[in-house]
Amino acid sequence: MSRKRYAMVVDTRQCVSCKACVLACKAENEVPDGFSRDWLMEEVWGDYPNLSAENRSERCNHCTNTPCVHACPTGASHVNEGGTVLVSHNKCTGCKACIAACPYNARYTHPAGYVDKCTFCLHKVQRGEQPACVSICPTKTLFFGDLNDPTSEVYKLLRSRRFKVLFPETGAKPNVYFLY
Amino acid sequence: MGLLYDPDRLKRPLIRRDKRGSQVFEEVDWKTALDHVAEKLSKYTATPEALALYSHGYGGTWFKHLVKAFGTPNIGAPSDAQCRGSRETAFALTYGSPLGSPEHVDMPHSRVITFIGSHLGENMHNTQVQDLATAISHGAQLIVVDPRFSTVAGKARHWLPIKPGTDIALLLAWMHVIIKERLYDREYVEQHTVGFDELKKHVEDKTPEWAFTRTTIAPEVIVETARLIGGARPASLIHPGRRTAWHGDDTQRLRAIAILNALVGSYGRKGGFYIPAKPELPKYPTPPYSRKRAQPADWQKGQNYPFADSILAHGLRDAVFPGTADYDIKAWLVYGCNLPLALPQPERTREAMEKLDFIVAVDVLPSEITGWADVVLPEATYLERYDDIAAPPYREPYLALRQPVVEPLHDSKPGWWIARELANRMGLAEYFPFENVTEYLQTRLEKGGYDFAELKEKGVILTEPQPLYIEDGLEPTFCPDTNKIEIYSQKMADAQMPGVEPLPHYTDPEEPNRADEEFRLLFGRSPVHTFGRTTNNRFLSSVVSKNVVWINRQIADEMQVTCGDWVVLVNDTWTCGTCGKQHSGKSRPSAKCSGCQAEPAEFVQEKPVRSDPIQVKRTRRIRSDCVYMVHGYGHDSKGLKFARGRGASDAKLMTRVQVDPVMGGTGMNGNFVRIEKTTAPKEAQS
Repeated sequence: MSRKRYAMVVDTRQCVSCKACVLACKAENEVPDGFSRDWLMEEVWGDYPNLSAENRSERCNHCTNTPCVHACPTGASHVNEGGTVLVSHNKCTGCKACIAACPYNARYTHPAGYVDKCTFCLHKVQRGEQPACVSICPTKTLFFGDLNDPTSEVYKLLRSRRFKVLFPETGAKPNVYFLY
Repeated sequence: MGLLYDPDRLKRPLIRRDKRGSQVFEEVDWKTALDHVAEKLSKYTATPEALALYSHGYGGTWFKHLVKAFGTPNIGAPSDAQCRGSRETAFALTYGSPLGSPEHVDMPHSRVITFIGSHLGENMHNTQVQDLATAISHGAQLIVVDPRFSTVAGKARHWLPIKPGTDIALLLAWMHVIIKERLYDREYVEQHTVGFDELKKHVEDKTPEWAFTRTTIAPEVIVETARLIGGARPASLIHPGRRTAWHGDDTQRLRAIAILNALVGSYGRKGGFYIPAKPELPKYPTPPYSRKRAQPADWQKGQNYPFADSILAHGLRDAVFPGTADYDIKAWLVYGCNLPLALPQPERTREAMEKLDFIVAVDVLPSEITGWADVVLPEATYLERYDDIAAPPYREPYLALRQPVVEPLHDSKPGWWIARELANRMGLAEYFPFENVTEYLQTRLEKGGYDFAELKEKGVILTEPQPLYIEDGLEPTFCPDTNKIEIYSQKMADAQMPGVEPLPHYTDPEEPNRADEEFRLLFGRSPVHTFGRTTNNRFLSSVVSKNVVWINRQIADEMQVTCGDWVVLVNDTWTCGTCGKQHSGKSRPSAKCSGCQAEPAEFVQEKPVRSDPIQVKRTRRIRSDCVYMVHGYGHDSKGLKFARGRGASDAKLMTRVQVDPVMGGTGMNGNFVRIEKTTAPKEAQS
């Protein structure tokens, strides 16, 4: 079997910015007050009264070309199972080089001193479960799976729907895809 | 969890030791508290109607049963006249039955859904939001009519930023186009409705051009959207909304919505309104309520709302003032309703609470109402208690059980226990004959042929599916007498009252005065919070912890305010000395009184109501004649240590209400505010 390539697909048409994903993540991963690993963007275009909007649940893009891992001087930021980008807390010195390198502003410094971010809930995925944000989403906005598996929902969605990634120009090759 | 472990929770029963409004209480044991409440309430044994119950939420069933056994008819909730009452009345008048909750809209199968001022998605009624998401994923087209570019407007094919208060004009123009272009369901209309010809005549002159001058929606947009609505029939849902108490003509607007649905034949059809089914579940055997009940006291003397289906919550408040109603209300039992923030005209609510002989509040948190109660009884949260079985009419008939996942914390007790203990002390023990709540639930379920253990394990039992649509062979029943959908309402015609016209009647709304820099104050909900009930929840508040006021970008620039600036909203009121009608205006209004034609010289200026400081959201997502804020903030109860002082309260600014003559609802969207710049409050600076 080929290697796994984990990805998240966000259907912006379904999202109502209810923030359940943010709360589920905070509860699951004990994210401290004042920080979050995922967040909502409500982007609006146009001028009154001709407006259009997009609701996006955003998080670390678990890029294929990882600016953060390249920037990390200690090897704390690393690529794990399925291409998941993780931070080893014990190796992290809190130097913030990865925060500066990340095009998505997806990382923050935990009050305990290390840098923290979305893990795609790898601890849950390894148990055969879905990430916390995906499992709580009431409007079926979020999908998680293996892009190398042609039977997975994420694979099928990207084969059938129009999608985009954020800041493709950075060359980071992000693995969070937005249907619109 | 944020509620369960909220450090501010009510922990032990409290008895007041100082005047109302000050939070000086003595912690007592349950026996002392219950004895005291029972003794106070028993004073009204001969006149039980002097007691009123306010109740909101599933847990209220025990207390409703208690006060019915006691003998009072006065049971109210702000969720009727302040919320969906006008909708229920309008649908009952048109289709023969109210919509109820959950409303039986069939969004997952709709091809076109039209929202009139409903901000579903921000209003997070979970099942409905899921249904809406399913509809969107199936490719349904949305039309959203809202002065504000809401989240759902962002998903719509058409956003119609209508002038507030003119929705009836738009609805009539849509009917005009749909009838003229023969886009209505002729067979359905012929078979199931009465009064189509009268409607046709009524809307003949309600052209898109006529509506344009009232709504500011361009005629070609009205025609295009009408074609979209009519073309998708019968899977075209004009959503009835939920909090519908806006401008005092709300039953008329909801009747127009109901009738438009009838024209496209959506009621009882797939993609419109399904016909819900309810599982049979016998009651627990208790004696019939023996005491003869008085007429409720929610109408002022001489008032008559011909189609009031529910008791007016604000009416029960007004009945506290001696001589207002046919008899006076002397005591309140308040279950889960934070009345100081949930009723309009909060000043009047405060005066009523000062006048009452006795107030007892059953609550989880020290909300504002507990600060006014003589006795506070701490209830266990929904995670710590059983409640009665829920079995509302729904798509799939079901039984659902709320059951405890942890033992009650502190010295809190479940509602069923509190109600039963009071009943035992008030000579009403025969109405609560069950040993404990599990025996009660088990008996009910066994009588209905269900298994308690199964319900406990699954939480929800689905029962036999029933046909949902007319096309499945279901024979719908409509209005009594005619068994038809009453487009023209003879009952309303017979009432012969202004505002109760038999076909939806448009009246121009009062408008904010531009010269006085007034804006209409609109309010709505945050998807993260449930009214003001969860704003003390520290976990939810880690995501959304305050509200902001939305101001149109151009207006904000003119006023030189921008995102994050602090402002205060001011509501100016002038009361007509002759008829008591209230008018707005920074300076004395120039027009005569719209109620009695008295000269403006007769008007008396009230003390302006000022909001708490609130931050600005400068946005292109709202019309220039209104501002918007989320409801539920601006708590001032000292006990709510987290929520206190965060954001501003819209409820505080609801000084004027426009009463619906059909059913007595209190329209609250007729409050106008001025915006004054201010500096950041001290807490925000630190």
